[in-house]
Amino acid sequence: MTISKDEINHIAKLASLNLSEEEIERYTVDMQEILQLANTINNVNTDGMNETIGSNEKSNVLRKDEVIEFGNIELLLSNAPSKDEGMFRIPKVIN
Amino acid sequence: MELYEYTVHELVEKLEKREVTSEEITRSYFNRIKEKDPEVKAYVSTLEEEAMKKAKQVDEDRKTGKQVSKFAGIPIGIKDNMCITGTKTTCSSKMLENFVAPYNATVIENLNKQDLVYLGKLNMDEFAMGSSTEHSAFFKTHNPWDLARVPGGSSGGSAAAVAADLAPWTLGSDTGGSIRQPASLCGIVGLKPTYGLVSRYGLVAFASSLDQIGPLTKDVTDSAMLLNLIAGHDDKDSTSIDMEKKDYTKSLINDVKGMKIGLPKEYIGEGVNEEVRNAVLAVAKKYEEMGAIVEECSLDVGKYSTAVYYIIACAEASSNLGRFDGIRYGYRTEKFDNLKDIYKNSRSEGFGPEVKRRIILGTYVLSSGYYDAYYKKAQKVRTVIKNSFNKLFEKYDILLSPTSPTTAFKIGEKSNNPVEMYLADSCTVPVNIGGLPAISMPCALDSKGLPIGLQLIGKAFDEEKIFRAAYTYEQNTNFRENKPQ
Repeated sequence: MTISKDEINHIAKLASLNLSEEEIERYTVDMQEILQLANTINNVNTDGMNETIGSNEKSNVLRKDEVIEFGNIELLLSNAPSKDEGMFRIPKVIN
Repeated sequence: MELYEYTVHELVEKLEKREVTSEEITRSYFNRIKEKDPEVKAYVSTLEEEAMKKAKQVDEDRKTGKQVSKFAGIPIGIKDNMCITGTKTTCSSKMLENFVAPYNATVIENLNKQDLVYLGKLNMDEFAMGSSTEHSAFFKTHNPWDLARVPGGSSGGSAAAVAADLAPWTLGSDTGGSIRQPASLCGIVGLKPTYGLVSRYGLVAFASSLDQIGPLTKDVTDSAMLLNLIAGHDDKDSTSIDMEKKDYTKSLINDVKGMKIGLPKEYIGEGVNEEVRNAVLAVAKKYEEMGAIVEECSLDVGKYSTAVYYIIACAEASSNLGRFDGIRYGYRTEKFDNLKDIYKNSRSEGFGPEVKRRIILGTYVLSSGYYDAYYKKAQKVRTVIKNSFNKLFEKYDILLSPTSPTTAFKIGEKSNNPVEMYLADSCTVPVNIGGLPAISMPCALDSKGLPIGLQLIGKAFDEEKIFRAAYTYEQNTNFRENKPQ
């Protein structure tokens, strides 16, 4: 199992990360080793097995789709790096 | 004896008898923190002003005869990935360095009902990703038993604080061993409850199908008491189970006669340090002497747990951490011309190297072409592992193993080798894969004077049996006579 720098670059793009040349080198080596460990799961026979998605799967939990107001917009906006008139502020996205 | 040396159940007794006040207890901890934390470095932030105010108020309530909980005025430390309204919750990450929580985690709401006093927030591996607390973006926490060594992780601050008497008890979170492994390396008691027993609302998510909050304490009695305070169904966490509330202190019974204990041979075999193995075998013998039936058994598929864990945990992490985009909260880059740059640069500058490594692995195993081979396959192996545990629990009440294959390692020893670091969790990870409860408690010191931890694993929602077995072992041994210098 080999993984190329190009693949790491592609994955970084999917994950919205900019990696430095040094980081790409490093993660390419690390990923080889980690995937070698990950590949050992192929030794397990899983024929006819279902996937475990959560830890307890008694039943699906349903609830009514009701709006519950948090009530304090200022507090929720208090951590925003940039805001304006009760809204999150972002750079212009339409030209 | 100083006030900070007592267990919580001893402090509760002293409060009930009016021998001490909460103010005295809380002051004793802040004095201790000022004296000792500069070398241990367990706390990311302390909440002295608020804590002293709360302590005085509780004392006043007691004095005026107001009805208060028996835990009112008892201090506690909280891992810095749980939200307390109005205080910083950093996850030991540059990404959340200035994040002030706008709401309480459900565990905090539960503790507030008992009027507990918050000493501060405790250091951890960034976003709980690590086994040594070396991945904190701020500073490393040191093991109170030997300051040149790691306290374990990711709840390293929570464990070191209890071991060094910087808090009487603390909360941590455990995704692959992050409560039990540091508890083991620091010589204290750490419990990972069954998945679904404690609400995760307000805990910053790492791997949602594995994360669970639990207590780190000086002894087993305190562990049961703290679990009583935090366990219970919560509408805000759909994975929390709606079942009748239990009183876990009722399981503190000094008797294991007839209890069937399985000893999976894979966890006392290859890769486990000899001193650790011998200590666990001695524990097995002790249980036999106390009347339990101990038998060697096998959890063969357990050896794939670490691989399954890193695939599933990183996949979930890459998804959970997608929310950090520099828009609504968290770190925002100064270098941007457009929206896409804000996302990319904020994430690249805000996340540390281990977090990025795991996001990359997680994104890889979920990406087109690899999803079936890794993620889907890992979820199937997870089923195989769960089935194997279920089979063992048809025969045994609990399972016994070491908590960590080694005692505390030196700071820097494993930090450059991710795979070696990942294997530090090999004894604890299977429990999270199975969603089971497990406790770690100290059982011996190795030749270097470092604590060795034993792990007791129970069936899902059968915390009672592990408490009973742990309590019996504790009552018939004397580890707590050892203390870090």
